[in-house]
Amino acid sequence: MSELTEKKEKKEKIPRQPMPEQEPKVRAKNFMEVPLGYTPEMAVKEAKRCLQCKKPSCVEGCPVNVDIPGFIRHIKEGDFTRAIRNLWSKNSLPAVCGRVCPQEIQCEGVCILGKKDDPVAIGNLERFAADWERAHGTGALPPKADPTGKKVAVVGSGPSGLTVAGDLIVKGHDVTILEAFHKPGGVLVYGIPEFRLPKEIVAQEIHFLERLGVQVECNAVVGRTVTLDELFEQGYNAVYIGVGAGLPRFLNIPGENLVGILSANEYLTRANLMKAYLFPEVDTPIPRGKNVIVLGGGNVAMDSARTALRLGADSVRIVYRRSKTELPARAAEVHHAEEEGIEFFFLTNPVRYLGNDKGRLTGMECLKMELGEPDASGRRRPVPIEGSEFNLECDLVVVAVGSGANPLLTSSTPEMNLNKWGYIVTDPETGKTTKKGVWAGGDIVTGAATVILAMGAGRKAADSIHKYLTWGW
Amino acid sequence: MFQIVKREEMSGGTVILNEIEAPLIARKAKPGQFVILKANETGERIPLTMAETDPEKGTITVIYMVVGKSTALFKTLQVGDGYQDVIGPLGKPTHLEKVGTVVCVGGGTGIAVLHPITRGLKEAGNRIITIIGARSKDLLILEERMRAVSDELHPCTDDGSYGHHGFVTDVLKKILDTQKVDQVVAIGPVPMMKFVSKITKEYQVPTIVSLNPIMVDGTGMCGGCRVSIGGKNKFACVDGPEFDGHLVDYDELMLRLAAYCEEEKRCYEDYCRMEESLS
Repeated sequence: MSELTEKKEKKEKIPRQPMPEQEPKVRAKNFMEVPLGYTPEMAVKEAKRCLQCKKPSCVEGCPVNVDIPGFIRHIKEGDFTRAIRNLWSKNSLPAVCGRVCPQEIQCEGVCILGKKDDPVAIGNLERFAADWERAHGTGALPPKADPTGKKVAVVGSGPSGLTVAGDLIVKGHDVTILEAFHKPGGVLVYGIPEFRLPKEIVAQEIHFLERLGVQVECNAVVGRTVTLDELFEQGYNAVYIGVGAGLPRFLNIPGENLVGILSANEYLTRANLMKAYLFPEVDTPIPRGKNVIVLGGGNVAMDSARTALRLGADSVRIVYRRSKTELPARAAEVHHAEEEGIEFFFLTNPVRYLGNDKGRLTGMECLKMELGEPDASGRRRPVPIEGSEFNLECDLVVVAVGSGANPLLTSSTPEMNLNKWGYIVTDPETGKTTKKGVWAGGDIVTGAATVILAMGAGRKAADSIHKYLTWGW
Repeated sequence: MFQIVKREEMSGGTVILNEIEAPLIARKAKPGQFVILKANETGERIPLTMAETDPEKGTITVIYMVVGKSTALFKTLQVGDGYQDVIGPLGKPTHLEKVGTVVCVGGGTGIAVLHPITRGLKEAGNRIITIIGARSKDLLILEERMRAVSDELHPCTDDGSYGHHGFVTDVLKKILDTQKVDQVVAIGPVPMMKFVSKITKEYQVPTIVSLNPIMVDGTGMCGGCRVSIGGKNKFACVDGPEFDGHLVDYDELMLRLAAYCEEEKRCYEDYCRMEESLS
């Protein structure tokens, strides 16, 4: 490339490469992935937009500090293998993170280009590199240290558990993942729908860990089938707890036990883990509502609403008590939901559910809200408008208003300190709990958060576990 | 795979006993706890309270009635076959202590669940009066095993083909009228538990029932098994499955158990048709 054309190219403004997607009308009827991924040409073009900042703020914006300009530079040069190697050095699940991270409040949110223009599509590029490796890579395993003879149990196979397992197996430790469900992957499998994260990708990530030597034991409910203390008796030297939050929240308003009201956990587990959208080809049923209401404004709410649509609902409405600007969901998910025809009722709060004599849901009474003074979270508190009650007809409500701490494991381990909400207390730098030899991370420590934050916690804990196994507590 | 080492048919093939190899669960399980079984890749997760455990042999026993597609599929499994997944032990164990005289009331396959609890209560030093009921004699299960752990046993049948002609509640009422009872344990169909609880409430006798609502994970994660206990929501999988019988909202439980009745019917009919065409 001559100097002249290079200069010209620098001057020519490349717009952010849009992600090819399934048409909204088509995808609203199937469970296949919505974004189709960049072609190599698109990826290289997008990569050229990166300014390769000397002090890149995107790296600071990433919870696991991926070397973003580095991997993008490799894509720009067409060396996709080096791009994925670069990503792997900081992030063991790039195919997942490229798809589910809230980039707009992390790396892309602080991208310098974003000040005047669209930020670099970092998430799309990350996904591209990972997908390219899956399709064309050699599948070569990273080098492994000599066996240390130390055994580590990882409780839970969600994003933080997988990160810990991947980090420790290459350091030569013997790692076993214990999963309560019959299939590994945690929230990546039971929670996030196929159309947003194909289960094949998760299965491949787990298979990769198994090839590295990680043992995966399903149907192992720690706290019931086996306790933490018994794991130590069995010869484990360290235990990492990454069990997720795992306790569905309900609104505790009248009528909540009518048939037709499900927690998002139940609804999504039926759809995703049990594949109930294929019923009766599979044996697990799922309610197919005609008029569906989803309560909440996070990613789980968007996933539930879009699942209901794909299951054939005539109307799907999201009822959220704050306004659009406070929606905690990833921007892309809100955008996709709107495109697919999901209706939003902002500043609306359910008061009670209405049912018929068969105990089945027929509607919901709501109240209009307005935004008042900021609350503890810094967001303006929604306050009810008196006399604004109105009814919404519905035959299915999915409650997606967050999760609490599931006490199943923690209640069987009294010497591990919990905070007042039941989450495990840990040292923020190391992930160490108050019980010797036990680490914890992810949603069971922080409360419901993101995949990448759970992975970040897993990485810190894995470092600390390795130090402990090498030098002691 | 969790292999079936023993299989028995009861009640003319409508009730099946499976003894399953599951050493980790067998070592841990206590009376009153349940497991979740899944037959194969496309199977449903079905919760069943254990009827027996043998920690030395490493086996657990479940006894279930064939009521739909999933249990019909379970029925096809023979000795040497197995379940793809067995998860447990789940739920809280029964609180077994000496209280004096305990009346144990069992109906249908609930008798299977009641058996280890009755034995535990007997071993704790209680005097045990057992009432077991079924629609007819050939549907009454485990009579001899129940007799072996009881001081008194009263069988009942709805059609009068054996024992008392009528419901278990008739016999219970007579017992409560004639002697001091310190506790009642009732396990069986929801209407039976409802009416037993109604009677014992009148007599102010503490009553334990075991509930089996629809659930998915069995670890407190989905909330599908929520039941109203004294006006408060509880999850049967982690807070139960046993509850104070006087506080349970049985009518709500029955409505919730019927949540998927249409889907279940369709699925079962399709399955039966397929089986028929194959045979």
